[in-house]
Amino acid sequence: MLVQVLRRLAVFVLSLVAASVLVFAFMAVLPGDPAQIALGVSATPESVAATRAAFGTDRPLVVQYAGWVSGLPVGDFGSSYVSRTAIGPQILDRVQVTLWLVLCATALALVLALPLGVLAAARHRSASGAVVSGVSQLGIAVPSFLAGILLVTVFAVRLGVLPSGGWVPPAQNPGEFVRHLVLPVVALGVVQAAVLTRYVRSAVLDVLREDYVRTARAKGLGPLRALARHGFRNAAIPVVTVLALQVATLLIGAVVVERVFVIPGLGSLLLDGTANRDLLLVQGVVMVLVVAVLLVNLLVDLLYTVIDPRLRAG
Amino acid sequence: MSTAPDSQPAAQPAPVLGARGPAGRRRATAGLLIGAVLVGLVVLTALVSFVWTPYDPLQVDSTARLLGPSGEHLLGTDKFGRDTVSQLMLGARTTLFVGFIAVGLAAVVGIPLGVFASMSTSWLGAAVMRANDLLLAFPALLLAIMFGAVFGASTLTAMVAIGIATIPAFARIARSGALQVLSTEYVLAARAAGRRRVGIAVRHVLPNISGLLIVQASVSFAIAVLAEAALSFLGFGTRPPTPSWGRMLQESQEFLYLTPRLALVPGIAIAVAVLGFNLLGDGLRDRFDPKLEDR
Amino acid sequence: MTVQQHLRKADPRDHRGANRDVVLTVDGLDVATRRLPLLTDVSFRLTRGERVGLIGESGSGKSLTALALMGLLPEGVHAEGSVRLAGADHDLVGASEKQMSWVRGRRMSMVFQEPMTALNPVMRVGKQVEEGMLLHRTQDSRPAARAAALDLLARVRLPDPASAARAYPHQLSGGQRQRVMLAMALANDPEVLVCDEPTTALDVTVQAQMLELILEASVERDAAMLFITHDLPVVATVCQRLLVMYGGRIVESGTVEQVLTRPRHPYTRGLLAASDLELVDEAGRLRTIPGTVPAAGQFPDGCVFRNRCDHEVDRCTTFPPWAGQQEHGFACWNPTGEDVRA
Repeated sequence: MLVQVLRRLAVFVLSLVAASVLVFAFMAVLPGDPAQIALGVSATPESVAATRAAFGTDRPLVVQYAGWVSGLPVGDFGSSYVSRTAIGPQILDRVQVTLWLVLCATALALVLALPLGVLAAARHRSASGAVVSGVSQLGIAVPSFLAGILLVTVFAVRLGVLPSGGWVPPAQNPGEFVRHLVLPVVALGVVQAAVLTRYVRSAVLDVLREDYVRTARAKGLGPLRALARHGFRNAAIPVVTVLALQVATLLIGAVVVERVFVIPGLGSLLLDGTANRDLLLVQGVVMVLVVAVLLVNLLVDLLYTVIDPRLRAG
Repeated sequence: MSTAPDSQPAAQPAPVLGARGPAGRRRATAGLLIGAVLVGLVVLTALVSFVWTPYDPLQVDSTARLLGPSGEHLLGTDKFGRDTVSQLMLGARTTLFVGFIAVGLAAVVGIPLGVFASMSTSWLGAAVMRANDLLLAFPALLLAIMFGAVFGASTLTAMVAIGIATIPAFARIARSGALQVLSTEYVLAARAAGRRRVGIAVRHVLPNISGLLIVQASVSFAIAVLAEAALSFLGFGTRPPTPSWGRMLQESQEFLYLTPRLALVPGIAIAVAVLGFNLLGDGLRDRFDPKLEDR
Repeated sequence: MTVQQHLRKADPRDHRGANRDVVLTVDGLDVATRRLPLLTDVSFRLTRGERVGLIGESGSGKSLTALALMGLLPEGVHAEGSVRLAGADHDLVGASEKQMSWVRGRRMSMVFQEPMTALNPVMRVGKQVEEGMLLHRTQDSRPAARAAALDLLARVRLPDPASAARAYPHQLSGGQRQRVMLAMALANDPEVLVCDEPTTALDVTVQAQMLELILEASVERDAAMLFITHDLPVVATVCQRLLVMYGGRIVESGTVEQVLTRPRHPYTRGLLAASDLELVDEAGRLRTIPGTVPAAGQFPDGCVFRNRCDHEVDRCTTFPPWAGQQEHGFACWNPTGEDVRA
């Protein structure tokens, strides 16, 4: 058990290193000199060299990489070549916004998808089950930014009951915070719920056909109790797998939804960074997103061993 | 063949449990049919756009801005007076083109990698799958934004990014399918007979996993359509003036109060394409693997 | 105590069950999907303490019979006819889930064929054994149920019951898991025990121990047992009476001795010949029943066996009426051996 956890942690760290090399190398292939770009074409060679030294881009790539990556664990992402300000605090600021969005959307997706998926599986031969399946199939076809636009059209533009965008920090005004959060969270969460519902349904359907559920019923448990006591934990294994993929999708989906709702999260930071060709900033945000995805995968793998005793052996 | 009584401890009512109920089969076939029709609709639209559109989709007409649906412009016009139907038709072309290249790239790279990983006994096979797992941490949109940042956003960067991000899906499905085929008796026999690995891969493995791969292609196509739309929406995909559904949506945003139709039309087009490819994939999966009933 | 001692203890004088209490009466049980008949007119009785074997090839409907008795038929499969349990004031066919929940695991329980998949992989074995007792309130508290579960695990001779109770199913061998299954089935001292090929999935060396346990359990509790198997030697050791099933119908019944030594139905004779490794045909090959069991719904009209039967006559195009009594009889127009029909 302990050996397994340690091995999994080692894989996680290796993945982090590999991902950071990939991200760094990718950004480093860009033609052009950041110092030259920052100063413009009229700069003197001396000032360019000085700026280069200030940026640290005159050092060999390996040294630059080592400098960049060693700062990451303590939240030091370097200073922007464009705005000349530290990147770390900006990212930290934006992460909180995106985290609210993603966590609330995940919660909403779970709250909707778990009961609906179970219902669709338990009644898969009846009309109600078919309706849930059909609606979830439709929901998957609607990208979250489209859902966002439609929600804004109805609730902000037509009915005027909710703001069409923007962001109010929770500490500043909790009520307004919630009002601004509702539409983006619904846009992200409902679409994810549609995907998740299908997986929950299929996992529960699989479990319902398992021999041990029949054994439970042979003991005298009613169909729902047999499912609840013996089915859910087994069905959780594939659902958790999908949920991990979903959180990754949500993180990236948030980038687009933040654009729709003009929310100052990681996504808008990333897009602004690309627009300004602020590569070190882009590099930092991409790294944060990739680390988040890897972290979710790690958590899920550890969660497996909690759920399934068969994975604890060895 | 004659049988000694009960030589196998098979579940007795197997024919009943294994068979899909008539209702389930009907629904699966209906899904396949609807999916094929929707995909066919999109493909047909794209094909027709090569020879005919109601108007030149790029023709700007300042006298015909933001018109409502009429006999002249069936779905109205946008802020530049361009005909929405014509834009939509060319958008279908963009969508299919990006999806086709992206899925093709993913299949061409992913399938050999997966089959190789399934047959390889050396560290290389394991390394391929590890790299594959790492790639999963870079979703399509993120890759496309990175590509856009470095090379400048274009249809090409979008296609390549979506394609690369889709490689792991193909590699995984090819590997797990190939592992199954490789454990079958006839492949063991072929190996025992001294057939080379490449020969086995081409003669036995690929034909037997083609069903799985076609299903994966259809599902990946749906994801690619979504990704392309999102990228165009963000400005990281197809550049103006080439019409694309995602950018039509993005351009519609400032007129949500005036003409929500401008958002609705490309939105419905995206949903139709995604739904079509998803239903097609699910329907084909039921066809190829009757054990997986109605899901 | 050995099997033989047990058999002696359970006096075989009344093994036809004529003068003992009837526990379970199955009458005209039909099972079908919407399109296909799967079981037709299955009728038999189990008396207290009686051990009845249900034999036949794969696909003849044995397991389906067991599931129908328990009310656990797969979706889309329906039963008609009558299954009465003594002391229950309702027919088990068409009973509500609530009524069946009360019967299942309390008055009738079942041991399934596959010990590898029949236990919940993510729940400790002890808990799975306790569950049925707490559910039916035969033990009124957690600690009492835990103690009872340990006792049951000891009685099915699991070495170290305490650690077995803490184990997850994957940590036990197939034979050990099947013992757990048996402990679960016996937890509430049921009156009817249905065993669906309980030893088929086990190693040969473990099979004999398992059979002995099952036999001991049913004798100790005086429980009626329906024992499903395709293994004729097993049937001969465990059972007193036999039902031979083919094509979803019971085609012959009688005591073990009657059926195994004087089979009347050509199918029964075929089964016996096929299991006799000394019996060979003119060419020196082992005897088999020609052809294979058709898929459900593909059996011929009239006698279900006639397409594989070497005794077929014209009348076989209609299904033969039952000849003899329910306890000893057969359904064949042209039986082998002496003809009680004349």
